[in-house]
Amino acid sequence: MENNTKSILREFITESFLPSAGLDSFEDADSFLDKGIIDSTGVLELLEFIEEKFAIKLEDEEVIPDNLDSLNKLTSFIDRKKGHAG
Amino acid sequence: MLVNEFLEHSADLYPEKVALVHENRRLTYQEVENQANRLSHALAHQGLSKGERAAVYLETSIETVLGIFGILKAGAVFLVINPQVKPDKVEYILNDCQVRCLITDSRHLQSIAAHLPNCPDLSSIIVVDEEYKKNKWDNLDKIEFFDFSDLLADFPSDHPPKCRIDIDLASLIYTSGSTGIPKGVTLTHLNMVTAASSIIEYLENQHDDIIIDVLPLSFDYGLYQVLMVFKFGGTVVLECSFLYPYKLIDLIIKEKVTGFPLVPTIAAILLKLKNLDKFDFSHVRYISNTAQAFPPEHIFRLQKIFPNARIYSMYGLTECKRVSYLPPAELERRPTSVGIAMPNTEAFIVDGKGQRVTTAGQIGELVVRGANVMKGYWNLPEETAQVLKAGPIPGEMMLYTGDLFKMDEEGFLYFVSRKDDLIKTAGERVSPKEIENVLHQIDGIAEAAVVGVNDEILGQAIKAFVTLKDDVGLSAKDIIKRSSQRMERFMVPKYVEIMEELPKSSHGKVNKKKLKALLEERKNDVS
Repeated sequence: MENNTKSILREFITESFLPSAGLDSFEDADSFLDKGIIDSTGVLELLEFIEEKFAIKLEDEEVIPDNLDSLNKLTSFIDRKKGHAG
Repeated sequence: MLVNEFLEHSADLYPEKVALVHENRRLTYQEVENQANRLSHALAHQGLSKGERAAVYLETSIETVLGIFGILKAGAVFLVINPQVKPDKVEYILNDCQVRCLITDSRHLQSIAAHLPNCPDLSSIIVVDEEYKKNKWDNLDKIEFFDFSDLLADFPSDHPPKCRIDIDLASLIYTSGSTGIPKGVTLTHLNMVTAASSIIEYLENQHDDIIIDVLPLSFDYGLYQVLMVFKFGGTVVLECSFLYPYKLIDLIIKEKVTGFPLVPTIAAILLKLKNLDKFDFSHVRYISNTAQAFPPEHIFRLQKIFPNARIYSMYGLTECKRVSYLPPAELERRPTSVGIAMPNTEAFIVDGKGQRVTTAGQIGELVVRGANVMKGYWNLPEETAQVLKAGPIPGEMMLYTGDLFKMDEEGFLYFVSRKDDLIKTAGERVSPKEIENVLHQIDGIAEAAVVGVNDEILGQAIKAFVTLKDDVGLSAKDIIKRSSQRMERFMVPKYVEIMEELPKSSHGKVNKKKLKALLEERKNDVS
C-alpha cells in the first residue's frame, strides 16, 4: 500500500516539479523546501492532486512541513489519512 | 540622513527592543547595531573602501540584514542578489558593478565557485556557515575567505566614523531589463530615505508596528520592509519560505503582526485555504499590495478575514521605489485604482508629445518627480537616457515609467498596460528578452518568443513559443528543465509550446501580436 502511494507521488512530483526545479532526480527523504523541488504555487498543485487522487480532504492545519516536506513524510501522512478515513 | 542611521537612531532610542526575528533567533536593536558595527570594521579591514560595492547572496536570514547595515556603515554600496539567481548571472552582476566583497553561504559558494575566477574585482568572501571549510577552493587562491562569526568576535562594536553624505550611493538593485541584460538601479541614501519616509507617512507606521516580511530582500518591496521598520523602530519578522501557508498564519498570530505586505500571488495562495475565517487576525492593522491590483473578490475576502486591516493598493517600480497609493477609504469606490502620488512625490500622465494629460480617461505614460527617483542604471547611459529626462528645475531628472496610465475626474490613477512587453509575474517584472536569451543558449532551440498569459495565481504566467533545430528530440519538459538551470524560478516559462515556425512580420521579426492572437483564438474555441 505504502509503496503504491509513494510511487504515485514520485511520478507526479517528477513529472510536475522536477523540470522547473532544474533537477534530474530526488531522494525519498529530500526536503522539498531545502532542495527547491516545489515552490509556493507548486504546493497548491500538489494539494489538489492529493485530494483528487487519494480522495481525501486536507485541513489547513495539515498543510505543514511535518506532513508534506519530503516524499517519505508525504507518503506516511497520506497513508495515515487514508487509514483514518476508512 | 543616511540609511544606516535608521538603525543607529533606533538603537539609541530602543536598545532593548526586538528589531529582527527569523526562525528562532531574535535580535534587539542594540545587538543588530553592535554586530553591524563589528562587520563594518571587518569590511574596512579587508580593504573595502568608500563607494565600493559589496554583495549579499544567501537565503534570507539575520545575516542578510547584518550584511546590509555592515556594508552601509563601512561607507560602501550594498546589493542583495536573489538566492535563486543562477551562477552565470551572479558572475555577470559581480563583474558589472565590480563587487569587492561577497557575503554568502557554503551552498551558494559551491554553486558559483567555478565562475569566481572570472571575477577579478572580487577580493574577499565572508561565509556565514562553516561547511565550506571541507573544501580546499584551490581555484580561488586570489580570494581571501572569512567566517562571518569570526569577524563578529574579532572586531570591536564601536561606531565606525560617519564617512558618507546622502547624495552618495547606498544600493544597487538589479532588475530585468527590456534589452535582456539585467540593469543595476543606482539608489543614493537620499533616494532611499525619501522613499522610506513617504511610505511610513501614508502607512502611519509607529514604533509598535510588527511587520512580517515574506518577500525576498533582493526585491525592493521586501527590502524596504526591513529598512522602514528600522527607521520607525518597529519589529520585522522575516519568513521567506512561503511554501506552507499555515506556517505563515501561525507566525502572524504568534508574533501579533500588525502589518502584512503582500503581492497578489501570495494573497491568492492564502485565500485558497478553507478555514481562514476562524483565526483571530484582529491585530493586523494594515495589508499592503503592489505589483498588480487585487481582484475585487480578493479584496472583499481579505477584509472579512482581517477585520481591522486597512488595505493599501500601491504602485511603484524599482527606479523610484514607490509612486502612488490608494487611501484605504477609497478602496470601495475605486477598487482598481492605484490612487494618488505618495507624499513628497509628484506623478502625472503625458501624451505622445510629452504634454501633460489633464482629461480624465485619456491614456498616456506616467512620469514621476521626486527625490526618490534613481540616479540611473549602473554603467548604462543609453538605457538611463531612455527613462530619465530633464525636468523643470536645472539638473532635475524625471522618471518616465514606461507604464501607460489614465486618471479619473478626481485625479486618481489607473494602470492600463506596459509601453513595452515586460511581463509582470508573481510580483516581479520580467523581460521577455532576458528569457529568450536564455532559451537561445539551449542546444537545439532555433528560435524562441516569450509572452505573458493571464494566470489566476501569478497575474501573468510566462509562455514560450519555440522552434527546434533539425533532429533534436527536445520536449517541452526538457526545455523547462534546462531553462530552470539557468535562471530564477519566477522567470522559467510555465508553458512551452514547440512550433514548426513562428509567425513573422515583414521585416522577419517574430510577430508576438500574432502569437497572442493565437492564444486568444484557442481560448475562444474552448469556451
